[in-house]
Amino acid sequence: MDLVRKGAAELGELIAAGETSAVEVARAHLDRIAAVDGEVRAFLHVDRDTTLAQAREVDRRRAAGEDLGPLAGVPIAHKDVFTTRDMPTTAGSKILEGWRPPYDSTVTARLRARGLVILGKTNMDEFAMGSSTENSAFGPSHNPWDLRRVPGGSSGGSSAAVAAYQAPLSTGTDTGGSIRQPAAVTGIVGMKPTYGGSSRYGVIAFASSLDTPGPFARNVLDAALLHEVFSGHDAMDSTSVDAPVPPVVEAARRADVNGLRVGVVKQFAGEGAEPGVAARFDEAVELLESLGAKVVEVSCPHFSYALSAYYLIAPSEASSNLARFDAMRYGLRVGDDGTRSAEEVMALTRAEGFGPEVKRRIMLGTYALSSGYYDAYYGKAQQVRTLVKRDFDTAFEQVDVLVSPTTPTTAFPIGERVDDPMAMYLADLYTIPANLTGNAAISVPCGLADGLPVGLQIMAPVLGDDRAYRVAAAVERALEDRWSGPLLAQAPEL
Amino acid sequence: MSAITRDEVSHLARLSRLALGDDELDHLAAQLDQIISAVARVQEVAAEDIPPSSHALPLTNVYRADEIRPSLTPEQALAAAPAAEEQRFRVPRILDEEA
Repeated sequence: MDLVRKGAAELGELIAAGETSAVEVARAHLDRIAAVDGEVRAFLHVDRDTTLAQAREVDRRRAAGEDLGPLAGVPIAHKDVFTTRDMPTTAGSKILEGWRPPYDSTVTARLRARGLVILGKTNMDEFAMGSSTENSAFGPSHNPWDLRRVPGGSSGGSSAAVAAYQAPLSTGTDTGGSIRQPAAVTGIVGMKPTYGGSSRYGVIAFASSLDTPGPFARNVLDAALLHEVFSGHDAMDSTSVDAPVPPVVEAARRADVNGLRVGVVKQFAGEGAEPGVAARFDEAVELLESLGAKVVEVSCPHFSYALSAYYLIAPSEASSNLARFDAMRYGLRVGDDGTRSAEEVMALTRAEGFGPEVKRRIMLGTYALSSGYYDAYYGKAQQVRTLVKRDFDTAFEQVDVLVSPTTPTTAFPIGERVDDPMAMYLADLYTIPANLTGNAAISVPCGLADGLPVGLQIMAPVLGDDRAYRVAAAVERALEDRWSGPLLAQAPEL
Repeated sequence: MSAITRDEVSHLARLSRLALGDDELDHLAAQLDQIISAVARVQEVAAEDIPPSSHALPLTNVYRADEIRPSLTPEQALAAAPAAEEQRFRVPRILDEEA
């Protein structure tokens, strides 16, 4: 039995039926990691003994009769932005190298409680700022479809791990597209839940009004199962939504779009997309129509300004959030030789501990918030945010979901955009509107362009996460029939 | 005309507590100028009378009950400190010698 090729739901069933154990499944994945991660570099931290101890404990709890739910014993990889009490947490930064958090994030704690076994921590752009993992202080991860290309970012270690069969499930965070974009370019499923639907407690903050934890998986149902387990109100996060978790698993099983109204965002149909991506998107829209959806074009005139607004709002919030890295209580401290002041030590530490992109964003945010520029930049960006929300509201009066390509291009070569920030930022062109407004949005594979995966983005109203899953599952089912299997089966062997 | 001057970038670095060298400041000045010129597009939007949104969802302030709960021990809180002494974080001097 090739355990690493199986999905999370199937593994959960096999473990529940006693046909395999959490320990066997964990061992198979650890072996896979040992075999391929030298090339993929998805993980920053793997600790075989800790993982196997967790798996043994799950097997013991199950044997003792505990009902742990459908994912008991299924392994998972966590983006290194979630604090974990038994593993280091770095957020991809030198400033946190070797840090051992004294507490668990809500997401990781809830998943532990339901018997998911942690395989390790995955690579990411430093403090989740980037679209390629090239901003990681520990070097880039590689796309399993073509190791010379990026796996997307910022949650690129998590997407690469799932696409390379090193883990059936992983977590990420999505601030401007950091789950959907890496899912799209590695040919897997990635979901940004409604803002506040998943807890930010224990997630190292980048831009607090945008940061949203979410799942990666190789199919829509697995993503929904994971989504359901870690979601729901959390008193430890003051922006957590106190509402029932949308019925995402039911929607993923339903997988039909008959009679559903699907809006194609006029501003994103073709704008900036390379020809192969535009072609796969057009085919996906035709497919939805053939499955019984009613497709209409919808205008969202302010979506074209969302990227600019985002690159003022997110750096502004980051410049404030990252002030906590002050070299005093935890993390790196540089230059404390007894002669320098605290302020000098702070400035030296931050200059050495932060990478170039983090410095750019801190300074950009400081600029946008400074008196004299506040109204022209941050203030205007906040008004654009209101206008993007109104565009969504108007659109959802006419349609049930909106669709666009997930990203303008397929995976780009490592090194291509690393010193061209604006080119890198464009990777988030289509994903950012849903972050500004808190909407749910998912990326599902919709084909290949020049041998590389393309993603379809489905955007749903706030707390309408189930609709995104329903449409994604319908697309997945139809395309897997056409391809006689998942898109990922077409990836080259590692 | 550039959107941001080299002097402004140097000032931003000071405000941001980043001790950057001249080369790094030169490099950043060019990049920040490019980024700011691009994101200034937000100013093209006619936004008279449009209220700003600081947040995605209309959430109001949330309070919790004032209850005693378990917290970190001093040892746990200090475990990752760069320097600690007598259950405190030891930090470099924060006042001038003369003060």
